Formats: sequence, structure tokens, C-alpha cells
Amino acid sequence: MTEQTPQDEPREKQKREPRDAAYWAKYAETLKVAGVAEGATNINVDGRRAVGPLQGFGKMWQKTYRVGLVGTEVTPVEVIKTWKENYQEFWPEGNRFYAPLAGIAPGEVALISGSLPGGVKLSTGVMVLYADDESFSLMTPEGHPFSGWITFSSFEEEGTAVAQAQVLMRANDPLYEMGLRMGGHKMEDEMWRMTLENLAAHFDVHEPVETNVVCVDPRIQWSQYRNVWHNAGIRSAIYSFTAPLRWRRNRPER
Amino acid sequence: MPEAQVKMKVREAGEKASIIDIEGDLTAFAETVLMDAYNQASDGRTRAIILNFEDLEYMNSSGIGLLVTLLIRINREKQQLLTYGLSDHYRSIFQITRLDDAIAIHDSEDEAVRAANLA
Repeated sequence: MTEQTPQDEPREKQKREPRDAAYWAKYAETLKVAGVAEGATNINVDGRRAVGPLQGFGKMWQKTYRVGLVGTEVTPVEVIKTWKENYQEFWPEGNRFYAPLAGIAPGEVALISGSLPGGVKLSTGVMVLYADDESFSLMTPEGHPFSGWITFSSFEEEGTAVAQAQVLMRANDPLYEMGLRMGGHKMEDEMWRMTLENLAAHFDVHEPVETNVVCVDPRIQWSQYRNVWHNAGIRSAIYSFTAPLRWRRNRPER
Repeated sequence: MPEAQVKMKVREAGEKASIIDIEGDLTAFAETVLMDAYNQASDGRTRAIILNFEDLEYMNSSGIGLLVTLLIRINREKQQLLTYGLSDHYRSIFQITRLDDAIAIHDSEDEAVRAANLA
């Protein structure tokens, strides 16, 4: 019988499947949209790379929005299950999340249509980076206003379930960074405040949402200015303006 | 708040580097333990921090977020962050989250320590 030597231990550890293996997206060089729901536009997601907080241009922010589901006996698992199943329903009006057919599951890609400060229409999306029973995270593609991810989670605090959304991101390019400074931050805070209020109201809770904003890194990453090439706001606008040309090209021959 | 399910130990690795051995789960609840370990690992002479992931058992996306904020803090001190002991699974996560763009991944402690002391 062969005895296991100390050198075999690390290799054995590596072979054991980690407990989180099923919760993470698998690596892919670029994003692939499995199906385009009616009303969604897939012009700034397919073929794009996912980007994290290290790839963006602007200052890095960590923003935490949370609400205590006081007076209910709902569990964190139930909160996240509800949130995944009704994700679009909790978003405020004016923004649309087209959930993947397979639901919010690791590796799935969702399309988003929304608007930026100034009323600029935006077509973009997100990838489900991570999803377990008590949290899920969405990671952004090149061209999205943010380079980073947002984690939705629920946990117990002093016997009450808390629902939380935490963003870790930089503005993707110089234009988005300007937009954030000119009202974008406020718009974003408002969006997640309303989202959490809607989620809480689903459980018949009407508690205030707490917001905590930390500037993790005030430095601008000037070398990432080229990210503007993928700017989804600009590309969405060009797509809209050129709609008549596509109509002419695609109309049936008389 | 739930307790952190992680232990971290700090060791010196040459004149300019320290190793933080991570054992257990890297989640949001590990923040205080990680930052305490970093404070212990970093003195005026430290130029590189090496994270040993050989005994990492679980990491969620909040855990990855902790690594990002640690990296920012390390860079602010003009230090370097290196890693070793990542399994194929966790290397893949570093790739998906693009952390490998900024954090060096080495195959062994010796390799990481050599790279750290050359910096």
C-alpha cells in the first residue's frame, strides 16, 4: 500500500471540488447572449468582455444600500429567491431588465435598457458572475456606464433579515465619469433606494433604506480613457439615429 | 453579524515581503481579519504582500471584492500584491473577475517570494 506523503496533500486539496464551485460563472473570453427577449436590443453586449472595478477609468466607489425587513419572519434564502424571481419587478420605472431565459444563474447574460442623465437612451447588459442561495452578483460588460459588479445579498442581523445591494465600481470611461459627477451618482442612489423599497414592500415592510458611500480609490485611471470606444450610450444613440437606414435596407423588394 | 469562518497567519518572507496564509472562507465577514492581517504584515520596509491560498476552502463574490479593496490599499502604500496556491478553480475566478490583470499569480511560495524580493 502506498503511503500518502506530505507533498501529496496540496494536490489532494486541489482535487476536492470547492464548496463554491457551482456558484461561479465559467470563464469565457467574451459574453454571449443566449436569446433576445422582445423589446430588448442586443447591440452592446454580445462579443464584449466583462469588466471589473480594476478595468474602469474613474474613481472607485463602494456603495451599500440596505433595508431591514423588520416585522417579518422571512429568511435570507427566501429574500434572495424572491429577488431573483422578481428582479425586474423591483426596478423603478424607466429601466428595463430582460432576465435570461434560464433565470439569474451563474454565467447567464441579461440585457438592459435604461437612460442616462439628460435622457440619453442606453442599451447594455450584465453577466451573472455569482449566484448562491443568499446572494448573487452581476458584472458589467465593456461600454456599460460602470466597470465593476453589484452584489445583492441577504443576511440575518439581530434576528431580522436584511436585504442589501452593494456596488463596487469605477465609471467605465471619461464621459461616464463626467456624467456621474453631474447627477449620475444621485440617479444611481435613487435607483437602488427605490429598488430596495420595492423589495421591502413586497414583504409588506416600509422601512427606510440606509445608504453608505465610500470612495475606495480617488485616483483616475487615465490609461483607461480608450474605454470610451465601447461607450454604450454613444453606440445606442448611433443605433437609434441609423434606424431609418436599417429599415430601408431590410424592407422587402417591391 | 455572523462570525468570520477564516484564519490568517502572517509570516516574513525575506527583507521586503510578508506572507499572509489564508485558511477557511473568504467572504464579506472576513474583512476585519484580512485587514488586521495586512496591518500586521505591513511595516515601513514591506514592499510586497503575498497571499497564500493553499488552504482557501470557499470564496464568494464579496470575498473577491475584499481582494480588490486590499489591492487598492496595497497600491496606495506603493506595495505589490502577489499570490500563490490558487487551485485551477480559483485561478479561473481571478480570470473571470479580471483580477489577474493586476495581481500576480505564482505556482509556488518560492516563486512568489523570489518575485517579491526582486521588485
